[in-house]
Amino acid sequence: MFLINCPYCGERDQQEFKAGGEAHIKRPKQPTELSDDEWAEYLFMRKNIKGVQFERWNHTHGCRKWFNMVRDTSNDEIKAIYKMGEKPPA
Amino acid sequence: MTKNLRVKSSEYIDETNRISFKFNGKTYHGFKGDTLASALLSNDVHLVGRSFKYHRPRGIMTSGSEEPNAIVQVNPGTNRTEPNVRATEVEIYEGLEASSQNCWPSVEFDIGGINNFLSPFFPAGFYYKTFMWPASFWEKYEFFIRHSAGLGKSPTSNDPDIYDHRNIHCDVLVIGAGISGILAAKNAAKNNFKTLLVDEKNELGGSTIYENNEFNKIDNKSPSEWLKKEIKELKNIKNLEIKTRTSVAAYHQYNYLLARENLTDHLEVKDKTNKIRQRLLKIRAKKVILATGALERPLIFNNNDRPGIMLSSAVKKYSEFYGVACGNKNLFFTNNDSAYESAMSLYNKGINVEAIIDIREQSESKIVKKVKEAGIKVYWSHTIVDTTGYKRLNSVSIMKLSNDGTSVTGSKISISCDCLGVAGGWTPAVHLYTQSGSKLKFDEEKQIFLPNQNTSKQISVGSCGGDFKIDEIIKNLNQKLKANLNIKETDLDNIKVEIDQENSKRNIWLLPSDKPLGKTKPFVDYQNDATAKDIKLALREGFRSIEHVKRYTTTGMGTDQGKLGNMHALGIIADTAGVKMGELGTTTFRPPYTPLTFGTIVGRNVGKFFDIFRRTPMNDWHVENKAEFENVGQWKRAWYYPINGETMHQAVQRESKAARESAGILDASTLGKIDIQGSDASEFLNRVYTNAWSKLAIGKCRYGLMLNEDGMVYDDGVTTRLGENHYIMTTTTGGAANVLGKLEDYLQTEWPELDVYLTSVTDHYATASLCGPNSKKILKKIIPDLDLSDENFPHMSFKESKIGNIQCRIMRISFTGEHSYEINVQASYGKDLWEKCIEAGKEFNITPYGTETMHLLRAEKGFIIVGQDTDGTMTPIDLQMDWIVSKKKYDFIGKRSLYRSDTMREDRKQLVGLLTDDPNIVLEEGAQIVSELNQSQVEMLGHVTSSYFSPNLKKSIALAVVRGGKDMMGKKLFVPMENKNINVTVANPVFYDEKNERLNA
Repeated sequence: MFLINCPYCGERDQQEFKAGGEAHIKRPKQPTELSDDEWAEYLFMRKNIKGVQFERWNHTHGCRKWFNMVRDTSNDEIKAIYKMGEKPPA
Repeated sequence: MTKNLRVKSSEYIDETNRISFKFNGKTYHGFKGDTLASALLSNDVHLVGRSFKYHRPRGIMTSGSEEPNAIVQVNPGTNRTEPNVRATEVEIYEGLEASSQNCWPSVEFDIGGINNFLSPFFPAGFYYKTFMWPASFWEKYEFFIRHSAGLGKSPTSNDPDIYDHRNIHCDVLVIGAGISGILAAKNAAKNNFKTLLVDEKNELGGSTIYENNEFNKIDNKSPSEWLKKEIKELKNIKNLEIKTRTSVAAYHQYNYLLARENLTDHLEVKDKTNKIRQRLLKIRAKKVILATGALERPLIFNNNDRPGIMLSSAVKKYSEFYGVACGNKNLFFTNNDSAYESAMSLYNKGINVEAIIDIREQSESKIVKKVKEAGIKVYWSHTIVDTTGYKRLNSVSIMKLSNDGTSVTGSKISISCDCLGVAGGWTPAVHLYTQSGSKLKFDEEKQIFLPNQNTSKQISVGSCGGDFKIDEIIKNLNQKLKANLNIKETDLDNIKVEIDQENSKRNIWLLPSDKPLGKTKPFVDYQNDATAKDIKLALREGFRSIEHVKRYTTTGMGTDQGKLGNMHALGIIADTAGVKMGELGTTTFRPPYTPLTFGTIVGRNVGKFFDIFRRTPMNDWHVENKAEFENVGQWKRAWYYPINGETMHQAVQRESKAARESAGILDASTLGKIDIQGSDASEFLNRVYTNAWSKLAIGKCRYGLMLNEDGMVYDDGVTTRLGENHYIMTTTTGGAANVLGKLEDYLQTEWPELDVYLTSVTDHYATASLCGPNSKKILKKIIPDLDLSDENFPHMSFKESKIGNIQCRIMRISFTGEHSYEINVQASYGKDLWEKCIEAGKEFNITPYGTETMHLLRAEKGFIIVGQDTDGTMTPIDLQMDWIVSKKKYDFIGKRSLYRSDTMREDRKQLVGLLTDDPNIVLEEGAQIVSELNQSQVEMLGHVTSSYFSPNLKKSIALAVVRGGKDMMGKKLFVPMENKNINVTVANPVFYDEKNERLNA
């Protein structure tokens, strides 16, 4: 059970959060201009990395805010947490 | 007559408090402070159980939670009975009953014992090899296997006890209250860390508390005396909470640990009532100090499992702590000095020690010299090659060990004995450490796995960290505490320690016998009857991974999780395969460390608290009027209102007719309601719904369909424009929370530039849906001032009004196809509103109807229910709802996906109506639909999603999804059922009032 440092509320138990999949996948601004393949790339293709992964999380049972997390999936170490719209750490 | 082996009073045993208990139906006596194991041993009872596979007689081996053999059924036949309890952990109380497991008819005479003599036919993988064929026989095999497998019996009636959960946050959690744990907790607390110290035993002090080696001294005192003084001081330390009888079961990531605190298991039955039995502690610690100690290893030799063969440390604890001699003729068998301490303990208490058999060539430590001075015979370089005694050990045979330790030479000596203490060295208890995700490293010199790479904020101190001697323990503990807690001074800086220096060890994982291995039984896993032979067989058959060998031989898979024998299994594999232990690695240690009861896991979430539920403000009325309820998400919704013993079918037929002929009323409070405000609210709705919203006038309502980005229908509902920048959206009952989450997701992540605010107001409003041709007259009675004319208040519009002094929002919208109003008031007035409607509707025979009738009425109209007629694979086009998908809008969620080649396929499953040729047959929801019969293979075209008998149409109607159904209007299809085929015809899904004339009736 992770201890997640919500950027708005502070440290909270993982129970209060919901994982929201891979981060930094931008919804295309003009979907109708895209080919089936390009749209499918946005819609379906997600990474499943063993190692450092960028993820979206939502503090569903707290402030309801979405934020980003950098997590090492091999040992579940949370390396960074930052707000939506902020630059991902290098 | 039973013998009394109580040798000397112990400060931990209250001999003034005599306790009687029953074991296997026979009454015995012990004292307050005894465990079931120590009390049985004091009565000279060693035989307590039978092994799992061969049903070999087994005795008590240990004095703690690592016990593999002495597992018993506590209080059999009562509703408090519990199987697989370790006799070494049960504190006795007046009236306690326990019995052996896995034996029939009794532990003394067990029919299953025949398996022992058939053992050549039960090698590793016996079940896998034997029950494979013929495949059709598996069910027959399974019956017998299930019958003979399994340990103990679960209770058959409700658990009378209360269980609890508690969250604990602390700066430092110390696990284990031996010398290291006590000193760590004391220094942490003294330095202002909020500290919690837990130990699975009922007394603090671990093994040091009965430490008796006279050559070990702390500040010129014996370690036990010194530690007792330290324990006394703990009471006065602030910031320190101590929990005994508390076993840490799991160590999860981020220092989140689960522990079971045992509160009443040691009490008499009359004192257990109305108290919390066990409490699950959910601990989040900033730092964890593991002081879990070490477990003594047995030695693996031929017939090493007989009752009377115990761990040397257990023999010592029974003598020193419980004042019990485990035998009259005691032997020790060792590869290190520990057995000599145990021998001296017995000797000093006047208990007979016959001899010590030591596989080492010699040892020069002071304690060994002391043993020799006491006149106890030591057989150096000898090993046990066999033992005798079926239900109790009566002799061992020893032979000289070769220099390389792989064979025996010389003549055999037989020594008579009734108890053998075995000392194979110490294994650090690293189970919790590895559960946390931290990694071990094998120390080739010490032949143990040690903590290596910590992943959590933790340290391992004392023997679980590899320090076995008191001087090392204190020195390293001091250093680790200072570094980890960032403190400068500790109590430990000036402690003077003297120890018995010599401590050599000779490690041989599998000891040889004069017989070939195939003719011996050297048990590695006692509980599961896995021998060294089985492990070697697994290797010969090609198993290499330690995880595979474990599963094939079942080594380490008992309730004790192989706490004693796992290391030997690894050692034997490494030796046989010619690899290093470090390269082989260990099997994974999984939680729980010791078994947990289901009661502890669920805590108070039992009965009506098992799952939370939500009730509407009108709930009391539904209950008073004998409604039947159904669960919709977490909601309890009125399902139907039977009168005079009506069945559901009868009630629903009556309710449905009344709603169409005069007036019906539905509690619609559970619908999700989201308040949407902000200057971009209209634009936001344009993006989340498939249809256009910009031109919706204030005071008007519109139905909306929401898709996922993949184009599949996600939710639907009516949204009303309350003001220029203010909307109220309704969602499905079950989808409310997810819809809000999804909308927030888009607002916060994709469109942060939109000025929109969402608030869930589901619980803030109560909603009564008034429907039927007389609904208008009823509403007029309640709110006489409101102009209900079609001109002023047309279908799909909204009015704010007042019922008396109560503010209300009224939407003229319809889910039944009838003229109808949804009246919303503040939740606290919900029941009042409902009762007013019922009162006003009396003259029109207003009929309350539940969700079942609602479903029927909307099915007559062909209105979908998201989640019933859709399943996450239906696009609006599939639902024949093209009319609601805007062609003009540039974009909305899911739009692009509607033009994917897959979603545009003509042969997708599409929503259609189905009419049975025989109007009285009602199809089963979920029934499959085919176009051909009497073929060996038929294509499944689709299935029935909704089906009812319509009282208004006087025939059966159904909605279904059918492959290519859109173009099948009028086509004959079949619904094959178990004993008949039903002929059906594809029809328009709108069965009733196709022209919507009734909306304005």
